[in-house]
Amino acid sequence: MFASDPYGVGASRYESEDAMTSKLLSVEKLSIGCVAPPGASLSNKTGAWRARRPIFKQKDCTGCRACEMVCPEGCVFGDPKQKQFDFDPDYCKGCGICAVECPVQDIDMVMEEK
Amino acid sequence: MAGKQEILEGAMAVGHAVARCRPEVVAAYPITPQTHITEELSQIVADGDLDAEFVKVESEFGAASVCLGASAAGARAYTATSSQGLILMSEVLWNMAGMRLPVVLACANRSLSAPLSIWCDHQDAEAIRDCGIIQLYAEDSQEACDMHVLAFKVAEDRRVLLPVMVNLDGFLLTHVFEPTELPDQELTDAFLGSYEAVLKLDVDNPATFGAFTEPDKCMEGRWMVHDACLRSLEVIQEASAEFEKVFGRASGGLLEKYKSDDAETILIAKGSICGTIKDVVDQARDEGVKVGLVRIKTYRPFPTRALLEAVKGAKQIAVLEKGGSFGAGGVMTPEVKEPLYDAGLQIPVSGFCICLGGREVHPDGIREIIDRASSGEKQTAYEYFRLKKELLPDLVPEA
Repeated sequence: MFASDPYGVGASRYESEDAMTSKLLSVEKLSIGCVAPPGASLSNKTGAWRARRPIFKQKDCTGCRACEMVCPEGCVFGDPKQKQFDFDPDYCKGCGICAVECPVQDIDMVMEEK
Repeated sequence: MAGKQEILEGAMAVGHAVARCRPEVVAAYPITPQTHITEELSQIVADGDLDAEFVKVESEFGAASVCLGASAAGARAYTATSSQGLILMSEVLWNMAGMRLPVVLACANRSLSAPLSIWCDHQDAEAIRDCGIIQLYAEDSQEACDMHVLAFKVAEDRRVLLPVMVNLDGFLLTHVFEPTELPDQELTDAFLGSYEAVLKLDVDNPATFGAFTEPDKCMEGRWMVHDACLRSLEVIQEASAEFEKVFGRASGGLLEKYKSDDAETILIAKGSICGTIKDVVDQARDEGVKVGLVRIKTYRPFPTRALLEAVKGAKQIAVLEKGGSFGAGGVMTPEVKEPLYDAGLQIPVSGFCICLGGREVHPDGIREIIDRASSGEKQTAYEYFRLKKELLPDLVPEA
């Protein structure tokens, strides 16, 4: 979706994540001490316990990047020039800090329903 | 092969014994009654007699964290603490065991607050009983020294790779001068060999230690700690036998049987109180009372099979604990009962909470417990021995 390289893995975010995930999934056995190859934080999806999700309305966005900077998980991404931001549901915990901090109330929090 | 005995303070002797194991990193924060161990080590390092980095930290949490990090970086690491310090370390200790890092630490056993007490009981070590750290208990200074050598051997064994904690009773062992033979340097070097970490961080081959693990794998990670702990039972016995061969004196092992083979009444205890118990057992034996002691040297892993074998012929058992679980009863007492139940044995087991906050039980107290057990008294669930009821306030208003 975005061409940024938030984890410094040298490729677009989703390409590198897919590569990493397939590498980790190929490890079938645990090691002593559960020592993991680097990238375990990427391959472990940690968004499953989110109760609320942010909706980036992309209506009044000024491109200030506050949402991106305050996200404790570093999972808000966007392009300030195009004034478009969004979140990564694989890691977002639904804390809502981005919605509280957005100076133009361009982010809503809604119930996560499946 | 007997070497030179010196009159040494327990904690200082342990400091020198640890130095002879050549740890590469020692991190510690002072706390009574542990302080003399690491004070001595810091002096040894400052004198240039031990090539180690002595890291002065801001707390026991820092001390344990430095040891975890040093061990993960491939160094042989050591720390020592007591009481509140051990509790402050506890979060790190669970990680150390889970990451399978063979750090060795000492606990100079001391009561936990509140009320505040600096004196000896075992509640500090028992509070971290379940974290996957191997726990050894020394009866005297000599054993406290020797158990440190064994601790490194067992911790670093590839079948184990777990932290090992040597328990020595605060003040009763740390501050008492006893004739002690320090482990000979050459023999210690030969016994331990040079240290090569199995699991270590390496910039050329990056890895993540202690990473988040999803529910589909986490349980297996925890089970491996349990399994390694159980495997260490055999390793401890092997290492103890080898220790005896190399150093010419017996130390370590799972438990010690003292006149218990034909005993009708068996006492079970751990730590320095066992010295007193042995004297009282001798006295009672002279009077024809068939009593013996089984001393727990390895408390985690719990030596279930060896214990069952040692006590199965008894008519009654009394467990003497310097601890307990508030709101339940004893800690070790139910652990003694469990294998008996599993083996279909209905031997009465009485539990006695003794020495909390350092109130010593003298020979007359031990004798009272022996006499009560031997008289066929009904099993005691878990008794706070010689509780001074006259000190207690009126907790419940009279109706």
